[in-house]
Amino acid sequence: MAECGRVDSNTSSHTMDKSITLPPDEIFRNMENAKRFAIDIGGSLTKLAYYSTVQHKVAKVRSFDHSTKEAAGDKLYEIAVQEEVTARLHFIKFENAYIETCLDFIKDHLVNTETKVIKATGGGAHKFKELIERKLGLKVDKEDEMTCLIKGCNFVLKNIPHEAFVYAKHADSEFRFQTTNPDIFPYLLVNIGSGVSIVKVESEDKFERIGGSSIGGGTFWGLGALLTKTKRFDELLQLASKGQHSSVDMLVKDIYGGSYACLGLTGDLIASSFGKSATADKEFSNEDMAKSLLHMISNDIGQLACLYAKLHNLSRVYFGGFFIRGHPVTMHTITYSINFFTKGEVQALFLRHEGYLGAIGAFLKGAEEDNPNQYSWGENYAGSSGLMSVSPDMNPMQRARSGTFDMLEMDRLDRQLVNLPLLQDPSSYIPDTVDLTEDAQAREYWLSCFEEALDGVVKRAVASQPDIPEAAERAEKFRQKYLHKLQTLRHQPFAYGSLTVRSLLDTREHCLNEFNFPDPYSKIKERENDIALKYYEKAVKSLEELSWEDRQFALVRGVLAGNVFDWGAKAIGLFPYSYFKLVGKNTSAKVFSFKLFLMFCFSSDRPWLVDSFDQWLERLKGPPHRCALFFVDNSGVDIILGVMPFVRELLSRGTEVVLASNSGPALNDVTNSELQILTERIAAMDPVIDSALREDRLTLVQDGSSSPCLDLSRLDKVLAMLVRERQTDLVIIEGMGRAIHTNYYAMLSCESLKMAVIKNSWLADRLGGKLFSVVFKYEVPAGKPH
Amino acid sequence: MSHRAFPWFGMDIGGTLVKLVYFEPKDITTEEEQEEVENLRSIRHYLTSNTAYGTTGIRDVHLEMKDLSLCGRTGNLHFIRFPTHDLPVFMQMGRNKHFSSLHTTLCATGGGAYKFESDFRTMADLELHKLDELDCLVRGVLYIDSVITSGPSECYYFENPSDLDHCAQKPYTLENDYPLLLVNIGSGVSILAVYSENNYKRVTGTSLGGGTFLGLCCLLTGCSTFEEALEMASQGESTHVDKLVRDIYGGDYERFGLPGWTVASSFSREPEHRWDLARATLVTITNNIGSITRMCALNENIERVVFVGNFLRVNILSMKLLAYAMDYWSNGQLKALFLRHEGYFGAVGALLGLLHPS
Repeated sequence: MAECGRVDSNTSSHTMDKSITLPPDEIFRNMENAKRFAIDIGGSLTKLAYYSTVQHKVAKVRSFDHSTKEAAGDKLYEIAVQEEVTARLHFIKFENAYIETCLDFIKDHLVNTETKVIKATGGGAHKFKELIERKLGLKVDKEDEMTCLIKGCNFVLKNIPHEAFVYAKHADSEFRFQTTNPDIFPYLLVNIGSGVSIVKVESEDKFERIGGSSIGGGTFWGLGALLTKTKRFDELLQLASKGQHSSVDMLVKDIYGGSYACLGLTGDLIASSFGKSATADKEFSNEDMAKSLLHMISNDIGQLACLYAKLHNLSRVYFGGFFIRGHPVTMHTITYSINFFTKGEVQALFLRHEGYLGAIGAFLKGAEEDNPNQYSWGENYAGSSGLMSVSPDMNPMQRARSGTFDMLEMDRLDRQLVNLPLLQDPSSYIPDTVDLTEDAQAREYWLSCFEEALDGVVKRAVASQPDIPEAAERAEKFRQKYLHKLQTLRHQPFAYGSLTVRSLLDTREHCLNEFNFPDPYSKIKERENDIALKYYEKAVKSLEELSWEDRQFALVRGVLAGNVFDWGAKAIGLFPYSYFKLVGKNTSAKVFSFKLFLMFCFSSDRPWLVDSFDQWLERLKGPPHRCALFFVDNSGVDIILGVMPFVRELLSRGTEVVLASNSGPALNDVTNSELQILTERIAAMDPVIDSALREDRLTLVQDGSSSPCLDLSRLDKVLAMLVRERQTDLVIIEGMGRAIHTNYYAMLSCESLKMAVIKNSWLADRLGGKLFSVVFKYEVPAGKPH
Repeated sequence: MSHRAFPWFGMDIGGTLVKLVYFEPKDITTEEEQEEVENLRSIRHYLTSNTAYGTTGIRDVHLEMKDLSLCGRTGNLHFIRFPTHDLPVFMQMGRNKHFSSLHTTLCATGGGAYKFESDFRTMADLELHKLDELDCLVRGVLYIDSVITSGPSECYYFENPSDLDHCAQKPYTLENDYPLLLVNIGSGVSILAVYSENNYKRVTGTSLGGGTFLGLCCLLTGCSTFEEALEMASQGESTHVDKLVRDIYGGDYERFGLPGWTVASSFSREPEHRWDLARATLVTITNNIGSITRMCALNENIERVVFVGNFLRVNILSMKLLAYAMDYWSNGQLKALFLRHEGYFGAVGALLGLLHPS
């Protein structure tokens, strides 16, 4: 798929361009199931929204009926690939010139006949009303522009974690993404279209236009055209970015000779916009006039926004509208103005999907009966174009290209996602440990790392569907898509918000799903679970024989030992206690050595890189925890021989345990449905686990995600409720993805334990340790007694 | 009270205009007259017998304050202005008239007092006594308002501001009723909250001021003077250039209580005539000042706004627009007040600085 840039040019002539350079079926995807259309037609861009359903293959794990055990043979459970239908929102942005072609395409592909109306908003809606009605045979239903805008804004702020960003022109990364405060209200939205509207938003349904100004984007465009004879908005911005405003503006130093020190006004401050052009006998360059005009308008809007923010006591101010729409020049001048007028107290915030707000809002208005606001939605990285830099210096080709389409796809999530109630400060919680957007060195390493690992992932994907001949072809498509994503991210690391190891992993999962590889590790997981189960009783027995203190150590070592073997890690062959031996060329065939596993458990290489084991041991000598929440990681040895004995010990101490596992597959992580079966099997062997299950002291929950990492601000609502009910006072997070790549610095309001083996030499180096260094981080929040 | 030697001047050197006030003593005794040096007499005669100086200097005769008593003396206060770019001509004149031999202090305010300080020294052999421009402005406004003179009231407002054709100028007594929002519209704009003569703060300012109006008009219409620009604006129609709410919504935007005549986007339409552009520039700049002022009044909790500065000189259109904007958008809560001596308060304050150094 070609790169999709955003072109915000004004096509002064409204000739219809019939030549779409991209195949439209890659743009208007899933059109056959589309319903509930909405359209937002602006001065130059059209945004189309529709709701569709996607048929997906999902791997379902099913337990065999125990009464007919023989029929099941040696198999633990049955994996069936099923078709599942999930809801997806599609948003497409394109130039108005393509509207007719696009409508034709929609008409030809629209199957759903229930659709009778199309919601429309935007200034251009009336102009194209007749065309839409004629082409699609749908009734155009106009919705209020501002209402749509606000609805759309609320939606993206709630559902897209890195939606808002601060713009910093001269920083290492232009975009600094904000963690979304779960409470998005109240905020100020400054919409800079032709004019300016300043709207105070207090809740989902309560908002008020508290002010505005007639000096807006239209003024820049209109006055700019008069002054420079340049008709195109983009060209005016280009001119402005090259000009020197000081030749046109009267600066403080032009009046004072220097600064006006006693008022703190610096010499470079503009005292009078266009103050130097009040003369008939001088010529000014177009660039300089455009720059002066841009400063004048941006400063004025910034000042008004600050005055309104102050009057209404609001600190979150979002800017949008075609004047902003990703243009670095305008974001820079607005940011500058806000900093100046509030002395840094208020930050100018911009939105990644700003251009879609109207379309999203109009869509939501029309889809109220589907209750879209009742669900959580997630940005699909595979189907979304991401934010493109429109900085002319950064990517000069992008702006010049026309005929490009920009897409946003959002998947309806099965579960409603909320914060973990045990986060110390949800508004400052950042899941990711390293922001690759800011750390160029780390970014380069990880992008290459994921690129190198791609061959292996493709192979495994093909191997997971041995009976399907076209799997290889699909896997190749997956490779192309993910490779392209990685290449895009190398140039535009901010495309989907802050770039992190988590987002790279999640993007890979989304791309795999896109090409119907729902669970490439399903068979490997099954095999390893099977092997590990065979040794469960032996492992428990070996542990029971140890003294209490030795056992506590061996239990921790067991979790670490289990965790060391991970299909995602590339250095695994180097592990000295490699209790899995690789057999032949096929890397998925392995022989498990229980002896080596036990040797690892009972040996010590302390002190570890991060080592608070002594404090943990001391704590265990005290009263038991009420309830422990354990975020588990891998299948096989990890969950069965590492985590389960550890859980068993907690249960024996009188601590209730909530085991949280992924809702959907990711790498070889154990999923909730797999864990249900494994736990039943263990319960059959182990009365401790069995009674705990029956007495509800051991509970299995899903975390709402399908990621190898863990975002504690987006967890299943049921999990959050349970955590609160059980008065959880210990959180255990295991594995590199969950405890190192994410949550390494997460502050919790109760005791926490983060355990991982660092299986990546680069990362180990970064943290000041060696490959296979152990992180054992036991933390007690300040003010709480040990 | 120390008696300052004549001549008594106060000067305000702004970005565009130099404002000069001159106190002409009318109670000169015979004794004094005999002692008065030739240079001083010549300056007095030159200033009082002319209403124009050179090609650009102008004395605003209608603003002259007669029989004013100041520091124990009685006389007339004259108001003179010329463009800042002609300052060298003024300095040359001072040199020709041997101003420096008078051993007087020349009190000056405005940015130019700093910028041109060394020029005054080298070109005219004059040492400037520099005063802060906002101190002078506040002092000048409060002084002029306090001296009772015959003739029209210094302070006035517009009755029926909502009816542009029938609103009338009405006298108003400012007295010492604080707080006041003082909006000085020169090349740029400064907005001050005044709580007493000695207690004020600069709330904010904007670079969209008189200089912007004139600068944009020159570029857009080819005019070259403020008077020309205003003349053109008076013939134009801004709605030919601006896009109104009714142009977009066909009428009022009821969801947000915006009347159809509200300007939605300035300069969003292709103009037909130059004078429409001049009018639109004037209306845009004025409304923007009104809008920022209104927000400041709300933030500072002040209900009376005094507009001063030379942008308002012979600019009844802007004054009416400001009066209307204050009244309409505040539902009558805010009152827009104007002062006859519009742009001269800084210079008056500088003169007071000479006579009553603080």
